[in-house]
Amino acid sequence: MDIKLKLNGKPICAQIDADTVLLDFLRAQGCYSVKRGCDTSNCGLCTVLMDGKPVLSCSMLAARAGGHSIQTLEGLQEEAADFVGFIADQGADQCGFCNPGFVMNTIALLRENPDPTDDEIRAYLAGNLCRCSGYDGQLRGIRNYVNSRKG
Amino acid sequence: MEQREYKVVGKSFRKKDSMQLLLGKPVYMEDVTPEALVVKILRSPHPNAMVQEINTKAAKLVPGVVDIYTWEDVPKTRFAIAGQTYPEPSPYDRLILDRHVRFAGDAVAIIAAETEKAAWKAMKLIKVKYEVLEPVLDYHTALDNPILVHPEEDWEPPCQVGGSNKRNLVASGVDADGDVEGVLQDCDIVLDRTFHTRAFQQAMMEPFGCFTQLDRYGRLHVVSSTQIVFHTRRILSRALGIPKSRIRVEKPRIGGGFGAKQTAVCDVYPAFVTMKTGRPARIIYTREECQIAGSPRHEMEIRVRLGANKDGKIRVLDLYTLSNSGAYGEHGPTTVGLSGHKSIPLYTGSLEAYRFGYDVVYTNLQAAGAYRGYGATQGIFAVESVVNELAETLGIDPTLIRDRNMVRQGMVMPAYYGETANACALDRCMEHCREMFGWEEKYPVRDMGDGKVRAAGVAMAMQGSCISNVDVGSATVKLSEDGTYNLIIGAADMGTGCDTILAQMVAEMMDCSFDDVAVFGADTDASPYDSGSYASSTTYITGKAVEKACLELKAKICAIGAEMLGCEPEAVVMESGKVRKIDTDQTVSLTDIAYRTQVGCNTAAEATATHSSPVSPPPYMVGMVEIELDKRTGLVTILDYMAVVDCGIPINPSLARIQTEGGIVQGIGHTLMENVTYDSHGRPAESSFMQYKLPTRLDMGTLKVEFEHSYEPTGPFGAKSIGEIVINTPAPAIAHAIARATGVWHRELPITPEKVAMSLAETQMG
Amino acid sequence: MITIQKYVRAQSLEEAYQLNQNKRNRIVGGMMWLRLGSGGVGTAIDLCDLGLDTIEETDAQFSIGAMVPLRQLELHAGLNAYTGGAVKNAVKDIVGVQFRNMATVGGSIWGRFGFSDVLTMFLAMDCFVELYKGGLVPLEQFAGMKKDNDILVRLIVKKTPGKFIYTAMRNQRTDFPVIACALSQMDGTYRAVIGARPSRAMVIRDEKGLLAQGITESSAKALAEFAANTAPTGSNIRGSAAYRTHLIQVLTERAALELGGM
Repeated sequence: MDIKLKLNGKPICAQIDADTVLLDFLRAQGCYSVKRGCDTSNCGLCTVLMDGKPVLSCSMLAARAGGHSIQTLEGLQEEAADFVGFIADQGADQCGFCNPGFVMNTIALLRENPDPTDDEIRAYLAGNLCRCSGYDGQLRGIRNYVNSRKG
Repeated sequence: MEQREYKVVGKSFRKKDSMQLLLGKPVYMEDVTPEALVVKILRSPHPNAMVQEINTKAAKLVPGVVDIYTWEDVPKTRFAIAGQTYPEPSPYDRLILDRHVRFAGDAVAIIAAETEKAAWKAMKLIKVKYEVLEPVLDYHTALDNPILVHPEEDWEPPCQVGGSNKRNLVASGVDADGDVEGVLQDCDIVLDRTFHTRAFQQAMMEPFGCFTQLDRYGRLHVVSSTQIVFHTRRILSRALGIPKSRIRVEKPRIGGGFGAKQTAVCDVYPAFVTMKTGRPARIIYTREECQIAGSPRHEMEIRVRLGANKDGKIRVLDLYTLSNSGAYGEHGPTTVGLSGHKSIPLYTGSLEAYRFGYDVVYTNLQAAGAYRGYGATQGIFAVESVVNELAETLGIDPTLIRDRNMVRQGMVMPAYYGETANACALDRCMEHCREMFGWEEKYPVRDMGDGKVRAAGVAMAMQGSCISNVDVGSATVKLSEDGTYNLIIGAADMGTGCDTILAQMVAEMMDCSFDDVAVFGADTDASPYDSGSYASSTTYITGKAVEKACLELKAKICAIGAEMLGCEPEAVVMESGKVRKIDTDQTVSLTDIAYRTQVGCNTAAEATATHSSPVSPPPYMVGMVEIELDKRTGLVTILDYMAVVDCGIPINPSLARIQTEGGIVQGIGHTLMENVTYDSHGRPAESSFMQYKLPTRLDMGTLKVEFEHSYEPTGPFGAKSIGEIVINTPAPAIAHAIARATGVWHRELPITPEKVAMSLAETQMG
Repeated sequence: MITIQKYVRAQSLEEAYQLNQNKRNRIVGGMMWLRLGSGGVGTAIDLCDLGLDTIEETDAQFSIGAMVPLRQLELHAGLNAYTGGAVKNAVKDIVGVQFRNMATVGGSIWGRFGFSDVLTMFLAMDCFVELYKGGLVPLEQFAGMKKDNDILVRLIVKKTPGKFIYTAMRNQRTDFPVIACALSQMDGTYRAVIGARPSRAMVIRDEKGLLAQGITESSAKALAEFAANTAPTGSNIRGSAAYRTHLIQVLTERAALELGGM
């Protein structure tokens, strides 16, 4: 079947199978930032934005994305670059495999809530697992970024 | 203590690859390898069975299926997939595919297909007739059980480690010093306790994966998510029966390892497919495969007998560890050793005698492997828990009882191969942590109302910094024409940041900026030999090799510079960006020197050095936890976890801190929520992230990590290790806090809310 | 992994209903566990074009479309004002924001999953499901029905004045509950709903009038005991039957005290 959607701002048209999962579709489109870490919607590695909302691309049929706007980290480099340096300063990127999903969900968080408390950050990002960092370094990075914006 | 001021070492630089990783660039195996055959494994549903018949006819007819291989198609040479220095302590007990399948999840057939869909479809169509055999599922009954996990005649241990396949025994041994029974008899108090830890999963975010192809020379080119490129080459060479010169193994960025990728869990399958078909092949394990056919921690049962005087002097420790290696022996003989050798020496300060005995057995369960902590974690849970119980029993503050007994700098540690603690700040770690944590205020149990209590717990830990006399690290440092450097290593940065800290060492040694050092690793064709990144060894061993290589390169640069300046090498010094003649202040730039080496020159501006160490200096650590425990639901909430670590001199404090924080949270997971249970067929119940629950950022409270420096004379810039020790304190510290809150000592992990609540309900009823 | 031959966005409920009469076809909701299933689906029927992703509030009721994601429940001011935040409490620990942006109310209720926080919560309310053919069915009745080929269109929650408490015990913060407990008082009648037993949530009414004299420490305890004795429990990897029964007692008692403002 054919689908039309906006991928990172560009309208695209593609042929897919009815059971193609959005994650696989996006990787086939060259969006390698989208990672698979589990098959049970538990890890958050495959997070992308659909119409601005964070969703798990491993658990969505690509067909449902038809007619919608999908953004991956490839399309949000500048918005991400604005804050990821603060995470790098903590060394909290570590192995990096969870980073794209975590960064995407942080973008969603900061758009929704530009001045989150630590508890709000933890709650919003609870669906993003990280096995390396112990989470606190990620939190410090986001906190430092938010504080830096307050001047 | 030697405390030099460094320009680059000891500073927190961003990781070399930070921005690539945080911006989601394609850097992992699946991202950087081209289209390839999809390799899938048909796995046995039975824990012990013989494949009687296997019919692949229908499956091979599925469009897109290229071939399907069974036990009849593979070489008959047994091998081990443990990433260890040759001759490996792990027995050669595997075939690529064996007719005898030994755990639920063992490989039965390899499917190679053009697409994932075709491979899945084919898998459903393979017909296997099994002769189902009775399995050995309880590791207590494994030794000398009439059912043998490895009855085969060609079972082969490359090293003698006390094992025998005719006894289901992977390894066995005992080590002692002093009159254990005599001292025990003379003690005022003897505690005899048994502990149980599970086969926890590393659960690195990137699953196991490997890509293989024939390169332009027809050699097998392997791109693997691995911690051990050189061992993987050796393992593939033996398993496939092809010379090492025909194999190249490289690693891209690795999405976490924690020891899981110190075993060549999946590499042999695509390699076999590529050798058979001549085509590129790739395998990526599903999360379920990672959980059921990975390389988790060794489940252990540890019995500790501790003898002490009433004043709290710990005089004797007697440990016996029964370790469950599962269906294959990888890392079995070695992990078990750490359960004693890296727990008992913590009490070198007062011990008069110790004994440490162990058996490692085969069972028909998922094979275990290497996991951060590598046996020390299990042993420290046991020993530290017993010491906490001793303190509580005697009414002595558990931090003070440790002050009286702990190992201190300068002591010889009989239970640690007779090594001397040359750099040991454990005493200062305890003092520092006590103050930072507010032990005096938090140690007393506080009733918060409605069944909720707050309490605190403590534990110490140690680890090693390498495998002494075994691990080898190497580094090549090259000068480029613009005065910048290339560092080439065979160690594997799996997210830990070793590329970065080794580059810091080069910058420090060569007196250049950190940004002027480019790092490459690891590739068996290009990297100098390194045993790989495990056993906490990269900073300590490869770091020292970097230091040595830099010294050699400096000497070469000075020699070339001196020749250009028309003087003897002794007459010059190397300074930032140039070589200077001391008496005349004439200089020649590194750029000129580098170009000089490219024209009619017999000296290369590069050096390769190798390092191994006769000692493995332990890092030390103290962890303290404050919990709130709900006596009615049994829920344990971590409020604060604070730790002070002595890793010698931290090369990059930010990265050392993150290592510590990450290790603590893994430890919290093992202690409170990660469980490994099996159904009656020996199948793991926790086969997905839906069932195997890693801690989220809502499950770990607030962390605080600080350092106490010591200076390790044998380490680079005084450094010891950090990667593994950090996982060791949570289990005993949290179990301690729970015992403080409830009066019940839990000696089996994980300590789930159910165990806490029901143990209290029983107490109340009784 | 599930294979799907065809994907259809139904343009009317009738179209969806007709397609759904074929046993090989299936309505997709949030699609959260696509990769867990095996077997083949003929046509995946998507209701996403039918405008069922909104919550409509009137003076008398909430009408919650089947395709409303859980995140919308969590953030809905009216629903949370009516339930005193209980709805938010019921869903906020379900995996993560991304998951809750996808998992639908319809999927949660239709599945009648044992572990469902959503079913547990709505069973405590004056709630009906609207089925395309079956019409309005009280949720409690629906929870006991077998899955058929009808279509769940929306949930109707009557704004019967009341108070609601939701609480659950989880081994890990975003895991399925070991026991979920919703408690409500509407028009003077009390309802305890016990979910994750681990089988399907069940409604327990205060048949004995244990709370007739109001909520006190002892009446809360009595209700909790009654709930624990009434709700059958079973064992799975998250907890044994005995622990679950123990938790029902603890959570119900605490919820009752909270409901009573104690």
